[in-house]
Amino acid sequence: MWLFGLLVLLIKIAAILAVVFGTAAYLILLERKLLGRLQIRLGPNRVGFGGILQPIADGMKVLLKEDLIPADADRTIFKFAPAVVASGALLILAVIPLGRPLTVRGYEIPLIITDLNVGLLYVFALSSMSVYGMALGAWASNSKYSLIGGIRGAAQMISYELSLGLSLVPVALMAGSLNLTEIVEAQANYPFILAQPVAFLIFLISAMAEAKRLPFDLPEAENELIGGFHTEYSGMRFALFFVGEYVNMVVIGALVAVFFLGGWHGPWLPGPVWLFLKAMIVPVFMIWTRATLPRLRYDQLMQFGWKILLPVALLNILITGGILVWING
Amino acid sequence: MADDKSVEAKVKTEEEKGRLRSGLKEGIEAVKGLYDSYAVTAKHLFRKPITEQYPEDKRKLPARSRARIILTRDPEGQERCVACYLCSGVCPVSCISMQSAEREDGRRYAQWFRINFSRCIFCGLCEEACPTLAIQLTSDFEICRRDLLELVYEKEDLLTDHGGKNETYDFYRHAGVSVKGDKGEHIGERPPVNVKTNLP
Repeated sequence: MWLFGLLVLLIKIAAILAVVFGTAAYLILLERKLLGRLQIRLGPNRVGFGGILQPIADGMKVLLKEDLIPADADRTIFKFAPAVVASGALLILAVIPLGRPLTVRGYEIPLIITDLNVGLLYVFALSSMSVYGMALGAWASNSKYSLIGGIRGAAQMISYELSLGLSLVPVALMAGSLNLTEIVEAQANYPFILAQPVAFLIFLISAMAEAKRLPFDLPEAENELIGGFHTEYSGMRFALFFVGEYVNMVVIGALVAVFFLGGWHGPWLPGPVWLFLKAMIVPVFMIWTRATLPRLRYDQLMQFGWKILLPVALLNILITGGILVWING
Repeated sequence: MADDKSVEAKVKTEEEKGRLRSGLKEGIEAVKGLYDSYAVTAKHLFRKPITEQYPEDKRKLPARSRARIILTRDPEGQERCVACYLCSGVCPVSCISMQSAEREDGRRYAQWFRINFSRCIFCGLCEEACPTLAIQLTSDFEICRRDLLELVYEKEDLLTDHGGKNETYDFYRHAGVSVKGDKGEHIGERPPVNVKTNLP
């Protein structure tokens, strides 16, 4: 019997990984096409019909590239860091509920890898992990550009981690649980974005800072720091950072869907499809933002995080808590 | 004293109100700025891309665009080049080299003539320097090669069978060894003045 359970688990993991990696790969293409159109360009359209095979060509290219390690780099940490970033993003997927449990021949198969009762804490713990991957990789590269990028990234992510966490406290308060499945179930009648628009905005902005996307891409900052923390990386290790970033975008999209947009709830279509569609909203918005907003200055970034987002998030908790106490007596 | 204090306090609250108002104004302006910029990019999404897809649609080049260099011939079909070295002298990147020689009738020509297009910057100074209109720049710019040595053009690669930008010009009708007629019989030449008629 446990063998059957293990098999089901492995199949679920494989399916989720395949979908997420495929989505991440085609998100790169979508980003390049959409960004092109937003800048009145065409974007890649040479490989395959309309550029449809571009991610595969890019993947092959990156696999065949030489994997360079700088002479004075800390080799162990240098090799290890990209894996931390990528796995940190991937592991969050374990607690994202995809839909209602399936029933196949009397067996109930939950559409979630592990239904953790402290799922929210798990999400926070792992989203902080990627800071380590980035900062360590930057430090191990033994390069000025990398180090500056890594320091910026660490400072930025620590400041935005706080408002990210605080913005989800009202959601947990309203759902009365830290379990992601129960949070989704609590949104059966209406998605939390209607009740918590401020928390949604704070979460969205902080998540963009977490994902190192424009206007918060200071750790990479191509035109100042070459590549920021991944300046010295090449070949497959660079690809891990890169894919990790896009997986992170998908994960943030899924988290926004779970916390604010009602997760798998929706008419007509099956739950996982709804979740996927909702999870794509935020990445598309991030691409749109990339085409729209310029990069913030470092002090503006810090000021915005500490002086605006954090107080507003705290105030939001206070107000939500007060209203809940008032309603529930 | 008490009045002063209350006045001070009043001024202070006024100041605070003003600060609050300007802060609010700034906030509204920031939101409007964000909205406007997102609207602009969204509008661009539905515009036709301005990309020109190069190998498929080639843009018509301006008439005087400069690229690959040729050596032209005069109307009689002879090489115009008289190997005067002016082009190689003026070339800022020293990509033109040649060896001059003289024909039996005294007309000069280039024994060999070589242009290294991997160095050439298509500045057109050689064309300007040429006294015989021999060296000219064409608008054909698609001459990239995988091997650098293939970009070294010899005289037979450079020579064409036409006159380029001016089909009728012939240097030797104006000057040079093959000037055949007598004084005052050439193109643009006035009959010689008999200096003795100028004597008083």
